[in-house]
Amino acid sequence: MTSADSAANSHYRSRAVAAGFVLARWLGSMAIGIAGLIFVTFLFTHLSSIDPVIRVVGDKASPETYAAAKAALGLDQPFVVQFVDYALKILSGDLGTTWSTGQPVLSDLTRAFPATFELATVAIIIGAIAGVGLGILAGLWPGGWRDMAVRLLSLMGYSVPIFWLGLLALLFFYARLHWFGGPGRQDVLYELATEHVTGLMLIDTWLSGDADAFRDAVSHIALPALVLAFYSTAGIARLTRAAILEELHKEYVITARAKGASQFRVVFRHILPNIRAAIITVIALSYAVLLEGAVFTETVFAWPGIGRYLTISLFASDMPAILGGTLVIGVCFVTLNALTDVVVGRLDPRINP
Amino acid sequence: MSVVVIQPRRHTRLLAPFRRSPSLAAGSLIAGFVIAAAILAPVIAPSDPNAQDMAIRLAPATLSHWLGTDGFGRDILSRLIYGARPTLAIISLVALLMAPLGITIGMVAGYYGGFVDRVLMRFTDMVMSFPRLILAFAFVAVLGPGLINAALALALTSWPPYARQARVETQAVRRSDFLAAAEMLGIRGPRLIFGHILPIVTPLAIVRIALDLAGMVLIAAGLGFLGLGVLPPTAEWGKMVADGTPVIFDQWWVAASPGLAILVLSLGFNLIADGMRDLMDPRHG
Repeated sequence: MTSADSAANSHYRSRAVAAGFVLARWLGSMAIGIAGLIFVTFLFTHLSSIDPVIRVVGDKASPETYAAAKAALGLDQPFVVQFVDYALKILSGDLGTTWSTGQPVLSDLTRAFPATFELATVAIIIGAIAGVGLGILAGLWPGGWRDMAVRLLSLMGYSVPIFWLGLLALLFFYARLHWFGGPGRQDVLYELATEHVTGLMLIDTWLSGDADAFRDAVSHIALPALVLAFYSTAGIARLTRAAILEELHKEYVITARAKGASQFRVVFRHILPNIRAAIITVIALSYAVLLEGAVFTETVFAWPGIGRYLTISLFASDMPAILGGTLVIGVCFVTLNALTDVVVGRLDPRINP
Repeated sequence: MSVVVIQPRRHTRLLAPFRRSPSLAAGSLIAGFVIAAAILAPVIAPSDPNAQDMAIRLAPATLSHWLGTDGFGRDILSRLIYGARPTLAIISLVALLMAPLGITIGMVAGYYGGFVDRVLMRFTDMVMSFPRLILAFAFVAVLGPGLINAALALALTSWPPYARQARVETQAVRRSDFLAAAEMLGIRGPRLIFGHILPIVTPLAIVRIALDLAGMVLIAAGLGFLGLGVLPPTAEWGKMVADGTPVIFDQWWVAASPGLAILVLSLGFNLIADGMRDLMDPRHG
């Protein structure tokens, strides 16, 4: 079969079949990813130097008590049986209870998740706007001072340790200049007054109708979101610049220019639609990386999300909490990665998903 | 006579890439400086990095302690110089572990093709979609902190790009005459892969390592910041920033200088990477 034939074939394949194929592919790669994650955390529980049986019965227990507890935990079963049990437990939503507080890990994580989601989302919105904007500036005037400035900025974004940047931001903009709110999501003043409807502080304070509370929430999220955004701006700007440079000398751009289209029109009507798939890919991937970067930002800014939950559990060596947090972030990560492939495939028919 | 002619020419050829790319020159200078500091630490450090003096704890910069002292009255400058060692050790160890692992998987997948290829690449894609940082944290949290565990954790999650690259390159030479000739001589299996394909895929893998170094520095420092790197009292930059965190509003210099050191080393490696990209792909200039 020639390539022309196969191109015609894929052209005539009905949309519904194509959509189903994409969906199946997405579900497939997600399922493999999640199964892999569950297997990795399962391995971790076995690699741990802490004996879970001794944790239950104590190190002075008699051999009989030890054996009974081991059987009760299912640890006398073959490896495969243990894994299947573990996977079924995880899939039914049971992530175990924390060692430090005895709370179910899942309920801890659902409480912490909105904070991380809110922070990462605000950060990616800032990062995407700044990154695409700077990338366009640098790409339109390559080699000029704008390009140099953007290049320097993205070099810094790639090189700066985010936890240190957060500390410096707190020191200057909160402690010295008082421009922004300090650590945490809210001042103590508003903490009890706000009703938690969605768990997203910006929306909850907006709904409460208290303008001061909303302003307070904004001033608290601004600094960590900006720090986190800086991290993703670099990558988005660099990719946008490269994509613009690639398109700039193509014939359709020259045609548009020859017809008298303004610079603005050339960029926003002609170039951007052609490179949107690449830009959306890098934004989605940055969003996934932001979920990771949130670990540091949340720790520095005392932001009560999953990242801070993870670091607190780390210091307490709380194994179920650590593995639960890892799984939740991992599932978000895998889902985002898989989703990106699908969305990009829909946006740019040249890329076969 | 000929010696006189050849020598200067070789000299210019060696320096040519640095002249063509200022980024590469600046980055190499920074990295070389940090590596030299790490090797010469006992010679150039003004005092013992672990010597405590509680009488002068959290002191600002003075003539005897150029960057001040930390919470135990230890000289920050000396700890900064010694702190380059674990960071460089971790990233070298990661490079030495992840590249061979990824390359081997990629070569095997590319050479055998078919079912082996599909399984190995599915596995590679799966690991690639994992959150690297978080898995490294969990790994070290489970196995206990330390230099080896930190490096192992990073290597185990960072190899997929090497595997993909090695696979593509292996596929490209799979049907080449020189491999057919080697096979006709009876060379096959591991000897063919490591003796005849490895030299083909190594150069690009080394380039890739250079591009990855800056990210490694940041992740290694991040592990240190969370207390998952080397064990105290060994000086390590990330841990030093963490030590300065509680006193950031009053004694900011405790956290400021080690963070700057991380930034500088990472910047150096990023400049090297940028320079190499410029040299290899003129479009990026």
